[in-house]
Amino acid sequence: MKVHSLKKRLLAGVAGFGLIAAASMAHAADDTIKVGILHSLSGTMAISETTLKDTILMMIDEQNKKGGLLGKKLEAVVVDPASNWPLFAEKAAELLEKDKVAVVFGCWTSVSRKSVLPVFEKDNGLLFYPVQYEGEESSKNVIYTGAAPNQQAIPAVDYLMKDIKVKRWVLEGTDYVYPRTTNKILEAYLKAKGVKADDIMINYTPFGFSDWQSEVAKIKTFGSAGKKTAVVSTINGDANVPFYKELGNQKISAEDIPVVAFSVGEEELSGMDTKPLVGHLAAWNYFESIKNPANDAFIKQWHEFIKNPKRTTNDPMEAHYIGFNLWVKAVQKAGTTDTTKVIDALPGLETPNLTGGIAKLLPNHHITKPVYIGEIKDDGQFDVVWKTKGTVPGDAWSDFLPGSKDLEADWVTLKCGNYNKVTKKCSGQNY
Amino acid sequence: MFRSLSISGAIQDRILRILRLLAAATLLFAGLAVPLHADEGAAAPIAVPATSVASANAQPFDFGTLLVQLPDADYDEKEAIIGHLIELHRPNTRAVLNALLDGRLYQRQSDKKVFIADESGDGFKLTDPVTLADAGTASSDDLDKIGTNNSLRKSLRGAVAQFALSDPDRKVRLQAVTEMLRTLDETTIDALRKRLPDEKDSKVRRAIAAGLALADLDSPDADVRLKAVGTLKDSLNSDVYNRLKTMVEPGADGQPGEADPHVFTAAVHAVSSIEHWRSFYESVETLFFGLSLGSVLVLAAIGLAITFGVMGVINMAHGELMMIGAYTTYCIQQLMPNHIGLSMALSIPAAFVVSGLFGVAIERGIVRFLYGRPLETLLATFGLSLFLQQLVRSIFSPLNRSVSTPQFMSGSLQINDALSITYIRLYIVVFTLIVFAVLQLILKRTSLGLTVRAVSQNRSMAKAMGIRTEWVDAATFGLGSGIAGVAGVALSQLTNVGPNLGQGYIIDSFMVVVFGGVGNLWGTLIGGVGLGVTSKLLEPVAGAVMAKILVLVFIILFIQRRKQGLFPQKGRAAEGH
Repeated sequence: MKVHSLKKRLLAGVAGFGLIAAASMAHAADDTIKVGILHSLSGTMAISETTLKDTILMMIDEQNKKGGLLGKKLEAVVVDPASNWPLFAEKAAELLEKDKVAVVFGCWTSVSRKSVLPVFEKDNGLLFYPVQYEGEESSKNVIYTGAAPNQQAIPAVDYLMKDIKVKRWVLEGTDYVYPRTTNKILEAYLKAKGVKADDIMINYTPFGFSDWQSEVAKIKTFGSAGKKTAVVSTINGDANVPFYKELGNQKISAEDIPVVAFSVGEEELSGMDTKPLVGHLAAWNYFESIKNPANDAFIKQWHEFIKNPKRTTNDPMEAHYIGFNLWVKAVQKAGTTDTTKVIDALPGLETPNLTGGIAKLLPNHHITKPVYIGEIKDDGQFDVVWKTKGTVPGDAWSDFLPGSKDLEADWVTLKCGNYNKVTKKCSGQNY
Repeated sequence: MFRSLSISGAIQDRILRILRLLAAATLLFAGLAVPLHADEGAAAPIAVPATSVASANAQPFDFGTLLVQLPDADYDEKEAIIGHLIELHRPNTRAVLNALLDGRLYQRQSDKKVFIADESGDGFKLTDPVTLADAGTASSDDLDKIGTNNSLRKSLRGAVAQFALSDPDRKVRLQAVTEMLRTLDETTIDALRKRLPDEKDSKVRRAIAAGLALADLDSPDADVRLKAVGTLKDSLNSDVYNRLKTMVEPGADGQPGEADPHVFTAAVHAVSSIEHWRSFYESVETLFFGLSLGSVLVLAAIGLAITFGVMGVINMAHGELMMIGAYTTYCIQQLMPNHIGLSMALSIPAAFVVSGLFGVAIERGIVRFLYGRPLETLLATFGLSLFLQQLVRSIFSPLNRSVSTPQFMSGSLQINDALSITYIRLYIVVFTLIVFAVLQLILKRTSLGLTVRAVSQNRSMAKAMGIRTEWVDAATFGLGSGIAGVAGVALSQLTNVGPNLGQGYIIDSFMVVVFGGVGNLWGTLIGGVGLGVTSKLLEPVAGAVMAKILVLVFIILFIQRRKQGLFPQKGRAAEGH
């Protein structure tokens, strides 16, 4: 009968349409590549890490505009480990096991990286780590786009020793693995250059430390012994704000006792009153003030994406820019997002950095980077006062520590993260 | 590098010619020259070769051409150009050097000319650097600042100091002499010697005498050295101390720096006397640091002393009430960015009201239902603290907000060469005492205070007397929270204003209240100051991390022995609310 058949046909049509829609939606869900973002969006490190989340979102957006990757769109999976180190490991496991992301861009503090390392190695994930760190590590599952000590700390100390003629050193750090290891390396380096133990003072303070009166008074006393003194600061997070404020209040100017910081960039300065900081130094591989067409384009793109022309760019953002581009190139070269194949495709790839040079991924999973020393200006930007002539290749195992100078990392020929050149044995990770 | 005055004949001629032009120019521009520099030529400390006649055949563009080269030079070239500028000995050199040091020397992009520019309204008022005449105005788009770096600024300061020796302001002169003491050489010593007879101010005279004595320590004559050691034995200046130490300590050759036995003994006495005074002042400084840390702890804890002490309510959201006070300061500063000092004064009552209202809301909304159940109160207020943190993150941003310090509160008070006290800490100590006094006044002299004390001592009796205990509870909580807000205003000047501000102080606040005696304001004061001083005494010895651990262990042990704290409240009827 006509009515029934019409009803049946309509029903069949709707059902068919529903099936097709469901099928295409399921098909669409498979058609994205998930990119994990593991940065603190709250807590003491939020001041530094929130920008990095936004940088990766911008890079994903741009890549999707170019048509995605391998014909699929990229999808961001953002989690907030809240500056809580054990939570970093939990969130990393969530990204790799539950969300099944193809790659993770994340971490800032070395303690957060050390916390997630076992997770990435067990689940065979891929982490791009964009921050300067203390070295003494090379994992198959991590690409270190930030500076190793020989690409930041050592050149900064060289600059102070040769150009500023510093004779007495204060190594002031936050109490965790990065400052402790970096200071070990620097102490060994300084002693190797003939600095006496009396002329080196090392201090540690906890995260978020805010009562700097005694510490700064100690620095002032140490610096008034008649020899040119400098402070090498590995203070991380928002403890920097009261530190610089106290330096200003106790009238320690950069001309008397310059402070070289390794973890203070344009982003940290944007939340501070920079008047007492003018003239103090920072060592990075990138500054927003470096004039270059690639940098200008990046800054313009950033301002449009974040809808705020006052937001600054900084070194870890450039590291993520390089890391993301390297990952895209590796995926295109390998033809898949499978972690093992991508990791094999990565070493040897090159991509331009934002200061006019090329960043090349080395077999030890580090990249080549130029080194810049900048002085803080009163607008929160840096004035470059020194730079290396070309790029410096990252060295995972410092040549100045007795335990590591014989070690080498090579994931291409030796397939080992800590190969001992003397005993010719690979200890630890050996894949 | 600017100091060498051994000039060759050719340059001497050049200088003579320039000086002749100078005289002609001075006559010509007499009406336009800035009067301030009239005495510059007369008392110029940088020795000028004596000349008598000025003639008009000079090259007027030397100063100007050097200036034009400044913007495009790199830092080493800039130092060389500055050296040439100083050698020219023009009366406007000081103004130009000061402008470069302060970042007020700009190049106009349209004609590449260099000007001294001062902010005036939306644009800049220009001054010609050669004639020091008014040169019109320009907008910031037209001007490019001429930059300096650390070493250039250091050299500039040294050069400017020599000019500043004859400044009418005595603070400027004292600053100049202190600057010159750091880099003593023939030019600076000469300048100081010339200045001494003209110097009227006693403090500056002493400083100059110290500088000359320091120079005399290098004299070959032992008597002169002995006299110099005598002059310097009371000085607390670190340059003096370092120099005297090199005389008594063995140098690279194993022998002490001073050969003459009389001078050596005198120097040994001087060094030990100076060291005695320096360690004395260091202890005073440490004591002050402890006092200021203690005052911050007291400010943070005193609100808690009222809510926890008087009402027995464990309020884990106390830190967040302080954070709200700090954010109130931030908001008020945003409303009046040009009157930071006034905004600070307004923030105090504003923060009190805002945090107080939050406190009353918390009491009426949550705590009221949980009296007599301390564990539930703890959990509920802990959840509330997380809620408040997230609220602030959503409204403002997870990043820290920057709060400016008013001009009169920044910097430090220099008591003598060995002791300086930062203004901000001094203000906070005074502020804490005032808050404490006001609170005591409220509790002891007002009717609100009377009802609060009555309710906390004997609730049922107070009810029987007709006191509305529920409203008193709310008012007490509001008072404690309001004080927390006021503490937040002080904290905003010391530390980051961010959603986590409260977390850094909540543990310390509880520590102080428990240690000082629950319910006793004097206990909070003594306990807070005691903990602060102990912390600061331990810090140089054990390091910041260890000091904190030791203080915590000490409190745990103390509470084991004396559960009620330092000053237990007497006659407190222990009853559930």
